[in-house]
Amino acid sequence: MTNLKMPKINKKMILNKKEIVQDFIKIVKKDNVLFDDAEVKPFETDALSAYKQKPMIVVLPETTGEVSKILSYCNKKRIKVVPRGAGTGLSGGALPLEDAVLVVLSKFNKILEIDFQNRCVVAQPGVTNLSITEAVQHKNFYYAPDPSSQIACSIGGNVAENSGGVHSLKYGTTTNNLLGLEVVLMDGTVCNLGGKTFDSEGYDIMGLFTGSEGLLGVVTKAIVKILKKPETVKATLIGFPTIEDGGNCVSEIIAKGIIPAGMEMMDKALIHATENFAKAGYPKNAESMLIVEVDGDPNEVEESIDRIKNIAKHNNCTSIKISKNEKERLKFWAGRKAAFPACGAMAPDYYCMDGTIPRGKLSEVLKEIQRLSKVYDLKVANAFHAGDGNLHPLIMFDSNDPKSLEKTEKFGADILKYCVKVGGVLTGEHGVGIEKRELMCEMFNNNDIQQQLKIKLALDPSSLLNPGKVYPILRKCAEEGRIHAHGSKSKFSSIPRF
Amino acid sequence: MEVNQNSQVSQDSSIRLPSDTKEVAKLIKKNYQSNSPIEIIGSGSKKNIGKPLQASTTISLSNLNGIIDYKPEELYIKVKAGTPLRIIEEELKKNKQFLAFDPIDFGHLFIGSSEQGTAGGAISTNLSGPRRFMSGSARDHILGFKGVNGKGEIIKSGGNVVKNVTGYDLSKLVTGAYGTLVVLTEITLKVLPLAESNETLVIHDLPLENGTEILSSAINYSNEISGAVFFPENAINIFKLNDLKQDGSITALRLEGSTKSRGRSVEKIVDNLSLTNKKISVLGQYQSDLFWDKVKNLEIFNNTKNSVLRIVIPPAECTNLIRRLKIHATKYYIDWAGSLIWVETDNLNKDILKEIRKKVYNASGYLTLIKSTSSLRSTEDVFTSEVIKFKIYEKIKKSFDPKRIINPGKMYIGI
Repeated sequence: MTNLKMPKINKKMILNKKEIVQDFIKIVKKDNVLFDDAEVKPFETDALSAYKQKPMIVVLPETTGEVSKILSYCNKKRIKVVPRGAGTGLSGGALPLEDAVLVVLSKFNKILEIDFQNRCVVAQPGVTNLSITEAVQHKNFYYAPDPSSQIACSIGGNVAENSGGVHSLKYGTTTNNLLGLEVVLMDGTVCNLGGKTFDSEGYDIMGLFTGSEGLLGVVTKAIVKILKKPETVKATLIGFPTIEDGGNCVSEIIAKGIIPAGMEMMDKALIHATENFAKAGYPKNAESMLIVEVDGDPNEVEESIDRIKNIAKHNNCTSIKISKNEKERLKFWAGRKAAFPACGAMAPDYYCMDGTIPRGKLSEVLKEIQRLSKVYDLKVANAFHAGDGNLHPLIMFDSNDPKSLEKTEKFGADILKYCVKVGGVLTGEHGVGIEKRELMCEMFNNNDIQQQLKIKLALDPSSLLNPGKVYPILRKCAEEGRIHAHGSKSKFSSIPRF
Repeated sequence: MEVNQNSQVSQDSSIRLPSDTKEVAKLIKKNYQSNSPIEIIGSGSKKNIGKPLQASTTISLSNLNGIIDYKPEELYIKVKAGTPLRIIEEELKKNKQFLAFDPIDFGHLFIGSSEQGTAGGAISTNLSGPRRFMSGSARDHILGFKGVNGKGEIIKSGGNVVKNVTGYDLSKLVTGAYGTLVVLTEITLKVLPLAESNETLVIHDLPLENGTEILSSAINYSNEISGAVFFPENAINIFKLNDLKQDGSITALRLEGSTKSRGRSVEKIVDNLSLTNKKISVLGQYQSDLFWDKVKNLEIFNNTKNSVLRIVIPPAECTNLIRRLKIHATKYYIDWAGSLIWVETDNLNKDILKEIRKKVYNASGYLTLIKSTSSLRSTEDVFTSEVIKFKIYEKIKKSFDPKRIINPGKMYIGI
C-alpha cells in the first residue's frame, strides 16, 4: 500500500499465527479457517481495490455463538479483527490488516423469518439486500433502501455503512428501516437491540451502530421493516439548457411540497457518456437532465406528474418525457445506472466522490468542479442524487501517468472540502473507511472527534475492532478521499453503482 | 451560591438561564469541577416523565430560544434547543411544512391544558405521535445537533442533510437520552410538506379484534395512511365532533393527499377492506384535524390523577395483550395501527406495574411509565431495564459524562 498509514503491525502476533489457527479450529469448523496465502488472497481488498492487504487469517463463523467466541478470544489475546460482509464497500472499510483476523459473515446467508403480520423480515447479515425484497414480493411487499449494488451487497454491510439508494428522500436510509439488530461486541457480549417494535427505550444503541463502519461490533442478525409496494410508479425525463435551470427545478419541486420517490440529475458530460453506452434516449443537447420518479396512489401520481411538468416548464426545460409503462420507466433508469461503466469506457481510470450538499448549492458546487477540472486539466462527469443532495463526481484520469493520479487525488479532496464549505458533508453513503479518514478534520474539530473516540474506547477499550478506519491517524489531514477503479480490473465491475 | 457572570439567574437562585452554548459549557465545566449534579430542563413540560431528580442546580434552556436557519426548499430547520415547538410549527406552517414525527403535547396529560414544550424536550424524550408508523419518530427526523457533554466540552454531530455517514450518528444517541448524555443547545430537524388535505374514515362499533384487524389490513393495503387508531366504547365523549356521534368503539384511518383525490381514496379503502356493510363516518379536514390533535395529545387522559403507561409491541400481539391487561385499564386506546397502546390505570402500585411489565415483556414489547406518583417513579423502573444493555448504557454515559453530573438517574438508577 502506498501513501496510506495504517496501524502499526504487531510482528509478534504474526509469529503466533499457527497457534491462533489451532485455537480457531476449536471454535469453528476446520474448513472455515483460512490461512494459506492462496486461500486468503481473495479477501485482500473490498471494492476500493486500489488498496490491497492480505489478512493474517480469515475465519468464517456460522453462528452467533462462534462470532462471540472468536471476538472474545481475540479480545483476550489482543488480536485485531476486521469484519467483512459481501466486500462491496467503496471506502475500504473492510480492508484487511497484515496482523488481523478477517471475520467474514458470508455464511450467515439465511432469511430466518418472514413476518407479514408484523411487517418485518429477520435476516442474517450475509443475506443480500435484494434478496429481502425477493423473499416478500409475492405478497407485494419490498424492502425500501436500494443501494445500487443491491444484488451483491449484504444487509449486514448496509447496516455498517447506513446504505441509502436512490429513494432515500422519501423512504429513508438503512437506519430508518431497521427495527432490530443482534450485535456482538469485541468482548464477545451478544446484545439484542430493538425487536419487532418501533423505537426502543434507553439509549439508541442501534442508531449508534448503524453507519459505524464495523468499529463498534459485528452484526449477526437484522430485523428490517418491509413496506407495501406502491400501487403506481412513474418517471419523467427532463432536459434543461443550463445546470442552474436543472438545479432550480429540483429546489422548486421540493419547495412546492412534492416529495418524489427518486430524483436524479446528470450533467452534460454524463448524459453523453451514458447515452453512448446505454442508449436510453437521453436529451443530448441538454446541459443537465433530471429523472423524477413519483409513486403511490395512481390519481396522486398523475397530479404530481402534471405539477412537475409545469415546474419544469417554468424552469425553461427543453424536453420532457413521461414513462408510459414499466418498460419505459426502467429504460429511463438504464442510462443512469450505467454511469460507472460508461465512464469506464471513456477513460482508463476514474475516481468517484461521494459528498452530500444542500440541494440549493448544486449549481455553485458544479461550477466549482468545472473550474477545478480546468485547473487540474482532468475531465469530470457528475451524477447527483438530487433528492437527497448526494453528489457523485466521476473524475477521469490515466493511472499510467503517476502525475495524473496525484492530480486526481488533489482534485477529489478539493471537491469534498468544497462540499463541506457549502454546508454539506464528506460522505453520503459510501462511508469514510480508509479513503476519507484524514479529511474528517474538515468537518469535525478535536472535541467532536474525541467524543466519538471515547465512545469507541467505551465499547472496545483496546481498539481492536477494525482499527485504522474512519478516524484520522495522521497528525494532519492528508488529501485523500476517492474511489479508484482501474479499467476492467475494478472489483465487482459488473454490478450497478450509484 | 456563586453567580455566573454571564448567564442570567432566575428569581429562584438555583435555576440558571444561559443564553448561548458557551455559557452552557461554562456552567457545566464549573459543576464538573465541583462534582455537582445538574438538572436540565427546557420549558419543563415533560419534567415529570422519567425519574425524579435531586440536583443542586437546574439549567433551563428557555433563553436559548430562536430559529437559527430555516430553508424550506432544503427541508430543514435549525433551532436553538429551548425554542418552543409552537413557534417552530407556526413558522413551518407559513410554508406549508411541518414536523412529521408528530411531537406530543403532554400539557393536557400533566396540567390539563396545552403546553407543547421545546425542540430540545421533544428530541430528548423521542416520544412521537400517531404518524410514527408511517413517518418515523423524532430520532428519524434529527439531522444534527450541537451541545455540551458532562465535562463542559462543546460537541457537534451530523449536519443539515439527510444522507450522511460521516462519523458515528450521535444524533440518534442523544435522541431519547433524556438529557443524560449531552445538554443540547442547537438542533437541526428535517421538515416535510403538509399534505394538501386530509380526511378520516371512521368505522363504528367494531369489537376489538375486528378493529385491530382493519388497522392492520389498511396499512398493509396502502403506504399513504398516516393515522390508524382504535378507541374502545368509553372514548366517544372526548371528541365532541358533529360527525362523530354514534356510540360504540371507534376505528379511525387518516388519508392524506391532494384535495382532488381524497374522496376517491376513501372509496377505494372502503371497497378494498370490504367495509360497505359497516357503520361508517367520514370526517372532513376540519374535524379530522381536531380528531387527530386529540389523539396525538392524549386528551383522553386530560389531567388525570391516575397513572398512564405507554406500551409498544409488535402489532400482531396487540389484541391478546389488551385482553390480558384489561383488568388494570381504566381507559386505553390503540395507536400506530396496533403497535402502541396507551393505558390509564387507577390502581397502579409496585406489584401491578411488575405484573403488567412482565406481560408486555412476554409479548416482546416494552413499557414506559409516563405519568405516575413521584414515589413510584423513584423506586420502580420508569423504563424497561435489561442487564446487558444496562452495562452498555453505563459505558456510553461515562464516555459523555464521566462524573454523572447531567440529569443523573433521570432514566435509570446509576446512569
